[in-house]
Amino acid sequence: MRFLSKLLVAVLLLVGAAITLPGGSAGSVLGGSTAWAADEGAGRTPVPHPAHGKGDHCVMPTEFMRRNHMLMMYAHRQDVLVEGIRTTKFNISGCVNCHAVKGEDGQPVSFDDPKHFCRTCHTYAAVQIDCFECHNSKPQASDKSAAKSDDLGADGADAAKMAAFLRETKK
Amino acid sequence: MSSCSGGDEKAGMDRRGLLQSAGAFAATILAPGVTLYAFGGGEAEAFQARPPEEPASSRQRWGLLIDLNKCSTGCNACVTACKDYNGWQDTGRADIDPQWIRKVTLKDPQTGVERSAPVMCQHCASPPCVDVCPTGASMKRADGIVLVNKHVCIGCRYCMMACPYKARSFIHEDESDQKVNNPSGKGTVEGCTLCVDRIDAGQRPACVEACAKEGGALIFGDLKDPQSEISQALRKLPSKKLRADLGVDPGVQYANLT
Repeated sequence: MRFLSKLLVAVLLLVGAAITLPGGSAGSVLGGSTAWAADEGAGRTPVPHPAHGKGDHCVMPTEFMRRNHMLMMYAHRQDVLVEGIRTTKFNISGCVNCHAVKGEDGQPVSFDDPKHFCRTCHTYAAVQIDCFECHNSKPQASDKSAAKSDDLGADGADAAKMAAFLRETKK
Repeated sequence: MSSCSGGDEKAGMDRRGLLQSAGAFAATILAPGVTLYAFGGGEAEAFQARPPEEPASSRQRWGLLIDLNKCSTGCNACVTACKDYNGWQDTGRADIDPQWIRKVTLKDPQTGVERSAPVMCQHCASPPCVDVCPTGASMKRADGIVLVNKHVCIGCRYCMMACPYKARSFIHEDESDQKVNNPSGKGTVEGCTLCVDRIDAGQRPACVEACAKEGGALIFGDLKDPQSEISQALRKLPSKKLRADLGVDPGVQYANLT
């Protein structure tokens, strides 16, 4: 019996290590997309090319947003609606305003159009989003909540801190 | 079973009668002489808003006082302003029309005295809609505003059944071009938010702004601040809560109801 329980513990440890190792090495939130870029360079994988937003960079570095935008939006919606915290950095209307894509008529397209910023990747990845069943997918002229240009000052350290926070909250 | 009429006996209305007349009235009124107001953009703060990063706190409780002596039967300005600001409209089917706020006429059958009153979510301190919600979507914010978190609403409509004021509506059809301040979609329940986004920006609710330009019957403010306009008015005017017998402690109060 004792031998069997020791064996069980050893097996569990091995499995644990196997799970942890790739998780640990691939866990870097900021460095996750090098494989993506390399694949595209080698012509192996077709990748989506979402339209660039206005300004120099997003509210967080692009690599960070690519991996974590959904978590940021999830946290933000709880903050705004439940707590009443009205910061604008991760507002969905900020995303929609900044990443507006114009259609053939010169007007911003809605989520129904495959060219819509969010759809470019979400169609590619076959991930359904329900945001625009309620939220407006087109920028609104009267919107005051869009991120201001001075909000865009996120640097690498800021992103790393945020990534650490997200890993912590995921546990 | 005892009668379910409560605080409004003098107006000759029990709950059923009040709500029935509410539906009928809202369906027939055609808003004569209503002025449209545009909101947003450069509007001055009516009171000091808290900083954006600060959460709502229970140090405040937002409420309304409605002085029915100043509320005229023909006026529908509060309803129109609410529709305009929050982007809800009649669907053409009276039985499923959303009604965040409606004008109700109350008539005392003995004396014939008529009163006209706007009825909306009463923002109860002990909201029955929150008690019955199976997902926690129906919620009360720390500062007393009762809201629907549409992210988790499954559209079961228990809250609509539980609300004694019929303040909630169900969205039956797909929505498009929603207002940024009020995202809304099919299959969820909605109701008066007391214009929570305006309050967070230091502005009064849309209905109050519109009413100020008409009769000035609506007074908005912090019930916990003894110096606020609403608290001062409450000390002067005798006021009533609708269905006070239910003990839900509404944040909306009516002066000169009878």
